[in-house]
Amino acid sequence: MLDIVSVERRFARGVVALEDVTLRLEEGNFLALLGPSGCGKSTLLRLIAGLDRPDGGRLTWDRGRAPAAGEIGFVFQDATLLPWASAADNVFLPLRLRHVSRAEAMPAVHDALARVGLAGFESARPRELSGGMRMRVSIARALVTRPLLLLMDEPFAALDEFTRHGLQADLVALWREIGCTIVFVTHSIYEAAFVAQRVVLMTPRPGRIFREIVSTLTPGPDLRLDPGYATLVTSISKTMAAVLAPA
Amino acid sequence: MTESWLRLAPGFFALGALAAWELAVRGFGVPVYILPGPIAIVAAFLTDPGGLGGSLLATLTVTLTALVTSAVLGAALAMAMAASRLARAAILPWAVVLQVTPIVAIAPLVIIWVGDPFASLVVCATIVAFFPVFANTATGLAAGAPEYFDLFRLYGASHRDTLLLLRVPVALPYFLAGLRISGGLALVGAVVAEFVTGSGGFASGLAYRILESGYRLEVARMFAALVLLSLAGIVINLALGAFGAAVLRARDGP
Ligand SMILES: Nc1ncnc2c1ncn2[C@@H]1O[C@H](COP(=O)(O)OP(=O)(O)O)[C@@H](O)[C@H]1O
Ligand SMILES: [Mg+2]
Repeated sequence: MLDIVSVERRFARGVVALEDVTLRLEEGNFLALLGPSGCGKSTLLRLIAGLDRPDGGRLTWDRGRAPAAGEIGFVFQDATLLPWASAADNVFLPLRLRHVSRAEAMPAVHDALARVGLAGFESARPRELSGGMRMRVSIARALVTRPLLLLMDEPFAALDEFTRHGLQADLVALWREIGCTIVFVTHSIYEAAFVAQRVVLMTPRPGRIFREIVSTLTPGPDLRLDPGYATLVTSISKTMAAVLAPA
Repeated sequence: MTESWLRLAPGFFALGALAAWELAVRGFGVPVYILPGPIAIVAAFLTDPGGLGGSLLATLTVTLTALVTSAVLGAALAMAMAASRLARAAILPWAVVLQVTPIVAIAPLVIIWVGDPFASLVVCATIVAFFPVFANTATGLAAGAPEYFDLFRLYGASHRDTLLLLRVPVALPYFLAGLRISGGLALVGAVVAEFVTGSGGFASGLAYRILESGYRLEVARMFAALVLLSLAGIVINLALGAFGAAVLRARDGP
């Protein structure tokens, strides 16, 4: 889907957020970007989304052009819902910004809310929803345009463990159902091992790709009980230790 | 029980203070032209309720006109600044200049330039009231978290949609808080302008009544006018508070 080649991003005061990052996103793949805070994960995601430009290197899309508005969905760590709008209106927003009429959009809006398990909550305001439900609305909003690529920046980091496990399982089920490509940023080894097919480990700043670990496990809600899951977590942890070890 | 006493406490305190004031004035035999008691003040109001009431109305008309003008101008200029960096660079310094210039110093100029007495008062009061609502709105229009702006950019939102669907609703509580401050200032501005113009022939506002009563040593009437001014200020503040709450309820739905 996308070739990221030798990408570099520098900020003021000599901060090198990304250095020589090369990575290929495969169509339909669930990829987790794993790395310590400040290693440039969000920066990389913003570059992929076209919200920021690299200082060096390039991003080459297989289709020969960058995705149009609505072809990329983005989920932030905070649900970033409009507090004054209902769940349905929040999910409607991406379509509204592309001048789709409300009547035309409503079937897609209801479908997206139903997919994240929030059928019946259309008129609820964000303040009436729990943190996990707000994140579900945020995911529905990202899905409503039927994006080819879903970018998620530590979406579950602020949730409690129970809620997080539920959302992780539902996200994997959703991904298998709709088959879009997902890049999922996280700093949790357990989360990366649970959701992803490919786990890409980044080094501390300046962020570089350190190693990639491919999961051969069958994704599913009971993956945590699979002995293979523990092995994968161990293997990622070992690689992580190697990242952090002084050269 | 305790709750209701807490609610009544300010009223009892005021009653006690007024009684103490009246008793002190009587007990020490303070002459009314120095310090009238509350009863004398009420009596002064009751001897000419139409005169003072009419003056109150005149001052309130100036105040409200100036407040509406400030709100419209402040919101419009803040939006212009949010829409264009050039507009921002052009407007901001002048808004600050306007804010730091003492109204007493420019009021005579305003009167000469504007001519019409009512319009002069409104211009002066607007100059005083303008800044809080303007500055607050400008702050609010930029107050959305960066992720929200990223979200709107991601979906190719136009400047207009970003303004209407994000910046304006986010700015609303800021605007309303600014409006409440500007409401009090509009009254202050109206009274100050009346003081300056009072000698210039336009004589109907409460400030003029205060000056007039001062010349005539009708101190009780002076106090009555003052009390009306304070009450007007309190009512404006409370009304704008209730208005703001109602607007936010309308924004946020049931
Ligand atoms: N807009 C910016 N301006 C300046 N520095 C930035 C900006 N965005 C990110 N950085 C810096 O780049 C580095 C990587 O940030 P980020 O991509 O947010 O890391 P992560 O998401 O992995 O925690 C950090 O040191 C951060 O301070
Ligand atoms: Mg981040």
